[in-house]
Amino acid sequence: MLKKLWPHAQPYTLWIVTGVGCSAAEAIFELLIPLVMSDIVDIGIANGDQNFILRKGLLMVVMAVVSLAFGVGAAICSSVAGQGFGANLRKAEYDHIQTFAFSNIERFSTASLVTRLTNDVNNMQMTLMFSMRLLVRAPVMLVSALVLSVRISMELSGVFLVAIPLLAVVVSVILVKAGPMFRSLQERTDALNLVVQEDLTGIRVVKSFVRQDHEQEKFAKRNQALKSASERAFGVVVVNMPIMMLIVYGTIIAVMWFGGQMVYGGTLEAGKLITFFTYITQIMMSLMMVSMTFMMLTRSVACAKRIVEVLEERPAIDDSEAELDVNDAECERPAAVKDGSIDFDHVSFKYSADSPEWVLRDIDLHIRSGQTVGILGGTGSGKTSLVALIPRLYEADEGTVSVGGRPVRAYTMEHLRDAVSVVLQKNTLFSGTIRENLLWGDPNATEEQLWAACRAACADEFLERMPDGLDTDLGQGGVNVSGGQKQRLCIARAILKRPKVLILDDSTSAVDTATDAKIRSAFVNELRDTTKLIITQRVTSVMDADLILVMDGGRVAAQGTHSELMETCEIYREVYHSQQEGVGIDG
Amino acid sequence: MVSMAENRNAHPGRPGHGPKGGFRKPKDMWGTLRKLMAYLGRYKAYLAVVVALLVISSACTVGGSYIISPLIDDYILPGDFPGLARMLGVMAAVYITGAACSFGYARIMVHVSQNTVARIREDLFARMQKLPLQYFDTHTHGELMSRYTNDIETVSEALNNSFGSLVSCALNFTGTIIMMLVLSPSLTLITFAMLAVMLWVVKTIGGRSRRYFAAQQKAVGEVNGYIEEMIEGQKVIKVFNHEHAAMAGFAERNETYRQAGTRAQIYAGMMMPVMGNLSYVNYAITCCVGAILAVGGGGFDLGDLAAFLLYAKQVSQPITQISQQMNTILSAVAGAERIFEVMEVQPETDEGQVALVRVTEDRAGRLTEAGFDTGSWAWKHPDGTLTPLRGDVRFDHVVFGYDERKVILHDISLFAKPGQKIAFVGSTGAGKTTITSLINRFYEIQSGTITYDGIDVRDIEKDSLRRSLGVVLQDTHLFTGTVADNIRYGRLDASDEEVEAAARLAGADTFIRHLPRGYATVLSGDGGSLSQGERQLLNIARAACANPPVLILDEATSSIDTRTEKLIEKGMDRLMAGRTVFVIAHRLSTVRNAKAIMVLEQGEIIERGDHDDLLEQRGRYYQLYTGRAELD
Repeated sequence: MLKKLWPHAQPYTLWIVTGVGCSAAEAIFELLIPLVMSDIVDIGIANGDQNFILRKGLLMVVMAVVSLAFGVGAAICSSVAGQGFGANLRKAEYDHIQTFAFSNIERFSTASLVTRLTNDVNNMQMTLMFSMRLLVRAPVMLVSALVLSVRISMELSGVFLVAIPLLAVVVSVILVKAGPMFRSLQERTDALNLVVQEDLTGIRVVKSFVRQDHEQEKFAKRNQALKSASERAFGVVVVNMPIMMLIVYGTIIAVMWFGGQMVYGGTLEAGKLITFFTYITQIMMSLMMVSMTFMMLTRSVACAKRIVEVLEERPAIDDSEAELDVNDAECERPAAVKDGSIDFDHVSFKYSADSPEWVLRDIDLHIRSGQTVGILGGTGSGKTSLVALIPRLYEADEGTVSVGGRPVRAYTMEHLRDAVSVVLQKNTLFSGTIRENLLWGDPNATEEQLWAACRAACADEFLERMPDGLDTDLGQGGVNVSGGQKQRLCIARAILKRPKVLILDDSTSAVDTATDAKIRSAFVNELRDTTKLIITQRVTSVMDADLILVMDGGRVAAQGTHSELMETCEIYREVYHSQQEGVGIDG
Repeated sequence: MVSMAENRNAHPGRPGHGPKGGFRKPKDMWGTLRKLMAYLGRYKAYLAVVVALLVISSACTVGGSYIISPLIDDYILPGDFPGLARMLGVMAAVYITGAACSFGYARIMVHVSQNTVARIREDLFARMQKLPLQYFDTHTHGELMSRYTNDIETVSEALNNSFGSLVSCALNFTGTIIMMLVLSPSLTLITFAMLAVMLWVVKTIGGRSRRYFAAQQKAVGEVNGYIEEMIEGQKVIKVFNHEHAAMAGFAERNETYRQAGTRAQIYAGMMMPVMGNLSYVNYAITCCVGAILAVGGGGFDLGDLAAFLLYAKQVSQPITQISQQMNTILSAVAGAERIFEVMEVQPETDEGQVALVRVTEDRAGRLTEAGFDTGSWAWKHPDGTLTPLRGDVRFDHVVFGYDERKVILHDISLFAKPGQKIAFVGSTGAGKTTITSLINRFYEIQSGTITYDGIDVRDIEKDSLRRSLGVVLQDTHLFTGTVADNIRYGRLDASDEEVEAAARLAGADTFIRHLPRGYATVLSGDGGSLSQGERQLLNIARAACANPPVLILDEATSSIDTRTEKLIEKGMDRLMAGRTVFVIAHRLSTVRNAKAIMVLEQGEIIERGDHDDLLEQRGRYYQLYTGRAELD
């Protein structure tokens, strides 16, 4: 795990080393100061040498100032390194997610990815920062304090031989016990948050069905579970402190007893005994710091695991099979999509390898470049899955999907998706202006090109009514436009790519029929060479298509033109009649 | 309506509601603390014990150190070892008591704080349930979620750690100062001077640190917001090859956060070394002056100096600790304030007194309230009279806007007689969904009246009103749980047979049986594994299971293909039979057989009548209806 995380901290090696150095120096100074103090007592006072006392006092002040400088240095280095590490890690994780295929994203779920990028990374950067300050300082203090106490009295230091192992045992027992408790605490927090989140998204359902009490009950149950988990976890943690105290106090008493005899016997000066006490406190304090840091680390280990999981996730789809362009003189550029022809060669597909049923089964179809293809089919018949294979959003399990005469795997994703434009069923606009969103399609589009695309998507009429036109701010997630307007903007954005293949996945469901017809006629006129695939539930939307596919249960049940299908396909006739009844009345 | 609907998507918190360490200067510190205290008030007895234990444990700590000096002077130097052993025994007793007390208070504090936090969470959730929809429309999910994730967490942390250490710091500080004064008032003066310097430092560094923390929180908010939006839209990013731009946008915000965070953390991290070393300076000065005093004699000996120095070292500890805790405490107060803000939002008003009850009807037509499911319903008026529920809904000159200044619905009048099917047609944003949201009183109208069986809806208890209306919403929502659980959401006591019957009615039975575990299949992530059409079928099944007298179908079948729709038509007809039904649909074939069709445009009913009337009028409906015929 550390191997996976370290590279992101590596650019800050110098800061980390300096920071650790500062922490160590600070710790050493903190120990040297009591040494000076003991000199003051044992030499200065014993000899009544005021001069000596003042000199040593001044030395102490100087040392404190130097130590302060080191302390501030440590703060600066650890902050720079911690925040830098966090930023690098976040960036690496985020960038890695950008390479994910749809199936990868679905495996983690967006909500979980967000937490892994935000809370988990923040926790990691905090951990590094505090570890640099505490984890380094503590052992340095421990070792130097031990060395110094041994210097004062070898015999007396024997006390630590008992105290430290005892402490180590206690701390490790607590850590071992607390680890799983914190994990269960984390799980129960997730469970509680899930109830809140679902309640928030479904608040209208909750209120409509008057299920507030039911929700409250669900919440209360998880709340209780969380409460008992945290009480248990923190209950173990609080044992830490008193036990530490007992061991420290035990040591003090032991030192008092043995040290007292030594003082009486003349083998130890009284001042040294007092200094020794200072060391005891310091040693024990540093051990406490170590144990606290370990507590923190147990919690961060969970976060680190979650981040590494994301980092180690292999993108399900990559460019490894992309071929080079044979027409290119140097044969160095990857192949580009030549035209909009689409071929499915006995393609089968399912979303997960272990699901028993195929989503698409043995699809064999051939679409010429420039054709308009309508896709009809029942709920769950595989329409969306079929078109998702074309821009390689998912990978076919059997058979080959080809675009422009080459298998989709033979292109880099960038080339393929530049050539194949999809308007997804659940589409998203991003915060920013309408213009910024449209420019996703083509960053270099001119004003005229933007408006032309909007005209084709019938978005011009409402854009013209908006006071700021293309510069209207959409707000987050496009809250300032209606569902139908949003769909039209998404279509405009897709058209701007000037794709070889344009796929509309039920993208005009919120647009009225008249506008829908207008958009389609614009396609015919302006996207003559583009292959157009239109998934819809309205027969009228695809009646004049060159080819209509009727999907049923993951297979292409029938294909042909409107008139052919009216002849041959029972399902198609049924759908047609179900939608045409009204029109007859008025002719 | 439009913006409201879109607003419900989960979005990140605004700046300032970022993750841990959420920092905003509290507006009303004392008011918030009072409210927190009210929660703690339940545990008065516990807290009294905590304080008592704290006092004892502090006394033990201070006392334990105090014994050291006399031990050296009175027992070790004279060599009185039996006495020393006795005294060490006393010391051990004192220390053990101290440790025991400190364990006691920490453990009790965990209990108190976790219970308090659990109660705050529960109250918050309960209050949230009662908030009007308007509130959810205007606040993002991320924002509300962060109340549970960040804000409560900070409160919990502060209660767990800070409360105890705050009290113990205050006690230790007072105790130490007293002991110092007893040992040497003049040396204590030095300490006082030093403390003044320290307080000044705390104020200066603390002030800076707070400013930078605020900047950091803003940056965190922006990074988190960007992450949330981009990850939500990840699929669109992939489709548009927009990964590089998304990375660049992220890199920029990430860098801003790094810079702001670094600055904030530097100042926060400086506090400890600065305070610690200032205390060394204090120590040094005390040492010098003390040594001079000891050399000079005057009743101040070596042992006294040793003890005093122990205290001199101790005295700054509580201050360092408090200054360290200050960020935690202030964040907690700010967090608590945000929690209380939500709790203090005016809940949905419900002054209605007419209740919905189940009744039995005897031959004479007299109604009697029944405690079980009879299949018939009645309104129970405050005076105890019962009138049958018929499903007569009327709008009389209703005016409504989500925002007082922006009227969405203008002067809407309409009526639906019991058993009638009323349809709303019109382009998106015309106000169709808004009208149905007014029937179940999701929003309050500005003027006019809406009556239900002749009763003003404002006089009907909200829960009763909503129970009488079955709603299938445009946006499908499924909860984590089994398919059966989700259908049963309509009526919690429905038997398995009833659940399956409802699913059959909605035409959902077939696909459910094809799921890996049928009705026991667990759905998660809002039913993400189902297609949009399947989700809608489940939503209809849920409403069918509830079996309400009045139905509102808001684009209930928009994602269901027409063939499936045809297949479930019979079931839908059975579902709608005998009920008043409000239907909203884009697909005009869905609404053709409605008793009355209202054509809405920009918040006004511009045409009304049945299908044939409207076609004859050759108006907007005619245009819409023939819109697709144009192609022929």
